[in-house]
Amino acid sequence: MSKTKVHNHQHDVVIVGAGGAGMRAAIEAGPHAKTVVISKLFPTRSHTGAAQGGMAAALANVEEDSWEWHTFDTVKGGDYLVDQDAAEILAKESVQAVIDLENMGLPFNRTPDGKIDQRRFGGHTRDHGKAPVRRSCYAADRTGHMILQTLYQNCVRLGIEFYNEFYVLDLVMNTVDGEERPSAVVAYELATGEIHIFQGKSIIFATGGFGKIFKTTSNAHTLTGDGVGIIWRKGLPLEDMEFYQFHPTGLAGLGILLSEAARGEGAILRNASGERFMERYAPTIKDLAPRDMVARAMANEVREGRGAGPHKDYVLLDLTHLPPEVIDAKLPDITEFARTYLGVEPYTEPVPVFPTAHYAMGGIPTNIKAEVLRNNKKVVPGLYAAGECACVSVHGANRLGTNSLLDINVFGKRAGIYAVEYAKTAKHVPVPKDAAKDVLELIEMMQNSTGTEKVAVLRRELQDTMDKNAQVYRTEESLDEALEVIADLRKRYQNIQVQDRGARFNTDLLEAIELGFLFDLAEVLVVTSKERRESRGGHFREDYPERNDEKFMVHSMAYKTSKNIKVDWKPVVITNYPPMERKY
Amino acid sequence: MSNAVAENTEIGVVPSFTVTLFVRRFSKEDGLEARWEDFDVTVHGTDRVLDALHKIKWEQDGSLSFRRSCAHGVCGSDAMRINGRNRLACKTLIKDLDITEPIYVEPIKGLEVEKDLIVNMDPFYQAYRDVKPFLIASDKPKAERIQSPEDRERFDMTTKCILCAACTSSCPVFWTDGQYFGPAAIVNAHRFIFDSRDEAADVRLEILNDKEGVWRCRTTFNCTEACPRGIEVTRAIAEVKQAILRGKP
Repeated sequence: MSKTKVHNHQHDVVIVGAGGAGMRAAIEAGPHAKTVVISKLFPTRSHTGAAQGGMAAALANVEEDSWEWHTFDTVKGGDYLVDQDAAEILAKESVQAVIDLENMGLPFNRTPDGKIDQRRFGGHTRDHGKAPVRRSCYAADRTGHMILQTLYQNCVRLGIEFYNEFYVLDLVMNTVDGEERPSAVVAYELATGEIHIFQGKSIIFATGGFGKIFKTTSNAHTLTGDGVGIIWRKGLPLEDMEFYQFHPTGLAGLGILLSEAARGEGAILRNASGERFMERYAPTIKDLAPRDMVARAMANEVREGRGAGPHKDYVLLDLTHLPPEVIDAKLPDITEFARTYLGVEPYTEPVPVFPTAHYAMGGIPTNIKAEVLRNNKKVVPGLYAAGECACVSVHGANRLGTNSLLDINVFGKRAGIYAVEYAKTAKHVPVPKDAAKDVLELIEMMQNSTGTEKVAVLRRELQDTMDKNAQVYRTEESLDEALEVIADLRKRYQNIQVQDRGARFNTDLLEAIELGFLFDLAEVLVVTSKERRESRGGHFREDYPERNDEKFMVHSMAYKTSKNIKVDWKPVVITNYPPMERKY
Repeated sequence: MSNAVAENTEIGVVPSFTVTLFVRRFSKEDGLEARWEDFDVTVHGTDRVLDALHKIKWEQDGSLSFRRSCAHGVCGSDAMRINGRNRLACKTLIKDLDITEPIYVEPIKGLEVEKDLIVNMDPFYQAYRDVKPFLIASDKPKAERIQSPEDRERFDMTTKCILCAACTSSCPVFWTDGQYFGPAAIVNAHRFIFDSRDEAADVRLEILNDKEGVWRCRTTFNCTEACPRGIEVTRAIAEVKQAILRGKP
């Protein structure tokens, strides 16, 4: 028997994750049901706070706009792999989502007549691609920070119950009426090393992304995909995992994000000779083309020898023609990043940039009520997912900038509403006696390990192979190489070393467990990337460079089986927009 | 101790060098007193103190504990005392410190140390919650509220706070009086007191007129110097003081 203390809690709605989606759900659920939020971090540390540029909504405050144009842009931006019913909801409900935030206190930038100001962003256009449109509602270049703060402030106002620095490691399912249903989650309390079982009628996963499978990433150290990994280990499917977004403008060598808002305000990408190369790749909207196209164009400039710098391995983001007062008012944070981390003065010098792993389009499949799918048709009653960890799918093969802050608000809210609705009539699913067994075993095995392999070494080797083989450009060969490396690393992971034997704040143990989730998700990404023998959105196969609608106008659905990974396919929901060639 | 040895001089590459870090260690579990431990670390030219701490944890001693997440100064997890000054480890480039001397890293002051560089933040968060850090308005707008750019600008500075506690834990008053609200809570009250949409400035001014409120501030400017977000904290506190005297924002 384990000596570790196990605590039991019971709520109506259990929310895992305290970023934008989790807290937006909590604000909806809290007043109507006994709600708890469990978070690996103190809520305002969540990575929503790192989002910069804005939140899309066709308010039409500064020029003509419509939710229908926004829907079209989202579908086209996603290279037609977007479920169009979901995109329509995203665009339609965006206006209310922004008003909700304003009413909650969010300090948006304002127009001279006091309305919420809006600016341009990649892929957002007027009248189906005619010209860029000002659709992004923003608060300087810290919109995500303001959303995260505002949502937390309102959770404080509502007295929402939080368990912070609690690390959820397992989802407990139990069979009721012949069907597996969610019963509880099992969490590890970082401060004490004790275990907590949180039983809920409805359970919402809002656990964010997993950028740490890559070396160069804008993602936080804590974004290790634990939530998505937990769902995966339960044998539930993951959707469209091959679609990972590389944001064009990461600080070269570091991956720290420089918002697309810079280009929205007029910044220009240039190669070593100073050429505005996006004119060749996207003649109409140039630097404001969607992220996948810009990232590939940049990588291509470097590959063909037109990169800047001593090793010709980056391109330049030029803001020098923008008035310093515009930079200070609208882009203060990102220009400070350039000064702090690269010692570059953006007023007078162009900033070295290169694509950085940024956002998972794929994840836990859900329907438009944020209910988690068990397969192509059936849901898991009482289980919900929202935000980056989920795949509705509103982002398809490539997400448009400013649609993720929107996604967390629209589908976070929906998750909260439908979780409450379900909890009103549902009964708690009984928690099995040995609910914490797997977690206790995992922790004890790690803590008593006598292994010699260092977490940081294995993680770095994983990240190296992912950057080398599964990044902007992919081939059958490169993906096979990645799979071999991952298989080898998994073997070495059996011999993992945890030096910290203590119970309190054992972040050494935590990193070892996180690494296991990183392996799982990297492998699913590579396997689905192999199966998708075409190029679409963020997924580019050099050996299959064309989009192939005949065969691959479908979502991938990956399942963990006892032996390997099985990849199935799910139809795309098409309502108004038949697939067309994607040109900008 | 060996310091600042240049190892890489390739053109266009900032040279790597070796530094010594003295890190304050403590655990409630081992029964030992808090103590300094030293580590030699080879770092890249553009590495930050956080990178050096990671190198220690990942290569030398896995039990070294500290909080961190975003690693670029926006999440507020890794405020610590570096060479006697409160800073974010992820925003402090090692090359900008005096690398001919060892670098001293210790937890922020005035909050109970839990383990190594991790402190108990609960009293800090409680002070934040005590100032009612949320918009209070009786209107039920159907659309967005209107706010002029000037009114919006009035509290822009204090919206930047990331609750890292660098300011509060640099304040000599807070060190000696843990009941004092502290700079960060006042900054977050300021953010709503001067928001034209908010209707509860009087409530917050009353709260901060308390004996543990703004009048305990002795204007040492430690907080302003410590803020990694460039907030003029002392000025914000002064504005709240003036508002209390005026009886309105």
